[in-house]
Amino acid sequence: MKKLINNPESVVKEMIEGLLAAHPNYLRKLENINVIVRKDAPVEGKVGLVSGGGSGHEPAHAGYVGYGMLDAACPGEVFTSPTPDQMYEAIKAVNSGKGVLLIIKNYTGDVMNFEMAREMAQAEGIEVDQVIVNDDVAVENSTWTQGRRGIAGTVFVHKIAGAKAQEGASLKEVKRVAEKVIANVRSMGMALTPCTVPAAGKPSFTLQEDEMEIGIGIHGEPGTHREKIKHVDEIVEHLMDKIINDLPYKSGDEVAVMINGMGGTPLMELYIANRKVAEILKEKDIKVYKTYVGEFMTSLEMSGFSITLLKLDEELKALLDAKADTPAFKQL
Amino acid sequence: MVITKEDVLKVIDKIVEVIRENKEYLTELDSAIGDADHGINMDRGFEAVKQKLATIPENSDIGTILKTVGMTLVSTVGGASGPLYGTAFMRAGQAVQGKTELTEEDVVKIFEAALQGIKDRGKAQAGDKTMIDSIEPAYKALKESLENNIALPEALKRAVNAAKEGMEYTKNISARKGRASYLGERSIGHIDPGATSSYLMIKALADVINLL
Repeated sequence: MKKLINNPESVVKEMIEGLLAAHPNYLRKLENINVIVRKDAPVEGKVGLVSGGGSGHEPAHAGYVGYGMLDAACPGEVFTSPTPDQMYEAIKAVNSGKGVLLIIKNYTGDVMNFEMAREMAQAEGIEVDQVIVNDDVAVENSTWTQGRRGIAGTVFVHKIAGAKAQEGASLKEVKRVAEKVIANVRSMGMALTPCTVPAAGKPSFTLQEDEMEIGIGIHGEPGTHREKIKHVDEIVEHLMDKIINDLPYKSGDEVAVMINGMGGTPLMELYIANRKVAEILKEKDIKVYKTYVGEFMTSLEMSGFSITLLKLDEELKALLDAKADTPAFKQL
Repeated sequence: MVITKEDVLKVIDKIVEVIRENKEYLTELDSAIGDADHGINMDRGFEAVKQKLATIPENSDIGTILKTVGMTLVSTVGGASGPLYGTAFMRAGQAVQGKTELTEEDVVKIFEAALQGIKDRGKAQAGDKTMIDSIEPAYKALKESLENNIALPEALKRAVNAAKEGMEYTKNISARKGRASYLGERSIGHIDPGATSSYLMIKALADVINLL
């Protein structure tokens, strides 16, 4: 394992220290617990938005704490859900009396831990509601499984629910737009290389030099299948085919596009991928309202990417365009 | 047979030790079908349990001890195992609230409460390729053995064997819960890490009681 770290056991702690040193005007940390909140939390008259998940997905989620997006993020250990006491402290710290919305990615651990935290906060009389993001089309939904995973589409939920909350909307209204995003957002990813959890010291799976993993999750967990590597245009065609047919996105629709690097992918390659995404959408007469290319929800040093489409209406467009000012996402 | 508070603390020490010894093995199992952190998270949690138990009042009853274990696991393990094992120990503690000694029936109650806690929290059932696949057969074997007047040490041995069979059975089925469920059929052929850590804990309990 070759990493820019001091000690595998202290990566989360030291990352947070560096994050706070970089963004003192945006963020502060609660005492004695790994919870990052807006510097001015709780914001008077505003619904508090709390998200969180394992670390290793930077800039998610702490990078999205700030004006017009999240009020708090709970970073867990690497690829491990944060704990209920972190979430509970986050809820209390951002509650201004208007209630708190939890934005949860659909993983067994995250859902259970947030559920315990919600029970604890509700017992104290705090109004708490939640949405569960499950944008990954790679995993087929079934009553027998946990259902689909939450991946990069979560950032659109942060942005749009965050904008609605910033307007001073009620918890019910903020939840409504968050669910509207969830209903209209779909993603799928792939990887060229695995990633190594620092404390584990070795890659969580192996791929041969000429192989790729399709439908990869954001935790180095294997995807739906493995095949010989192809040209990026063919890979994009496959992912787009799955995504477009899932919602489905139709001729005349307007979408926001996110091309998300998994942590070890050059921006050059992400733009090459986006070239094909744009071409496919044009062919299908689906209008691109806005495109985001970069690293939004990474998986340590994994090389690969995901594509996210969000179908927009006038309300979502306005909220997507609303001002956001956070360390990792700025909308002027 | 009577199990004292000191015996309970010995069992917990043994669990800490066994989880430490199997840290890498559990992580390896998890890397095949999950996200390669089960051993790491469990070890972090039980190390915290060890430190926390050193600080609780001398006169704490067994219920309080088990609840402390549960709450410590919830706040240190994370992932899915934290709330699941945390709930299991907290419910077990509630089941023997105020007691400073345990009878055979209390041990059954502990198993029953822990199993129900995991089912409630995880909404899983036997056959989903989870920790339940070890714990449920162990609970049934223990209960049945005691009902047939088999002594606790032997009954626990039978529970361990049932847990082991259950754990090994997880190799043949596909996961319906947790991250492994995303693999569907591809999870067949791998033992479930949660079922394995549950088996190890039940074995630690039986080993300690058999030495008393």
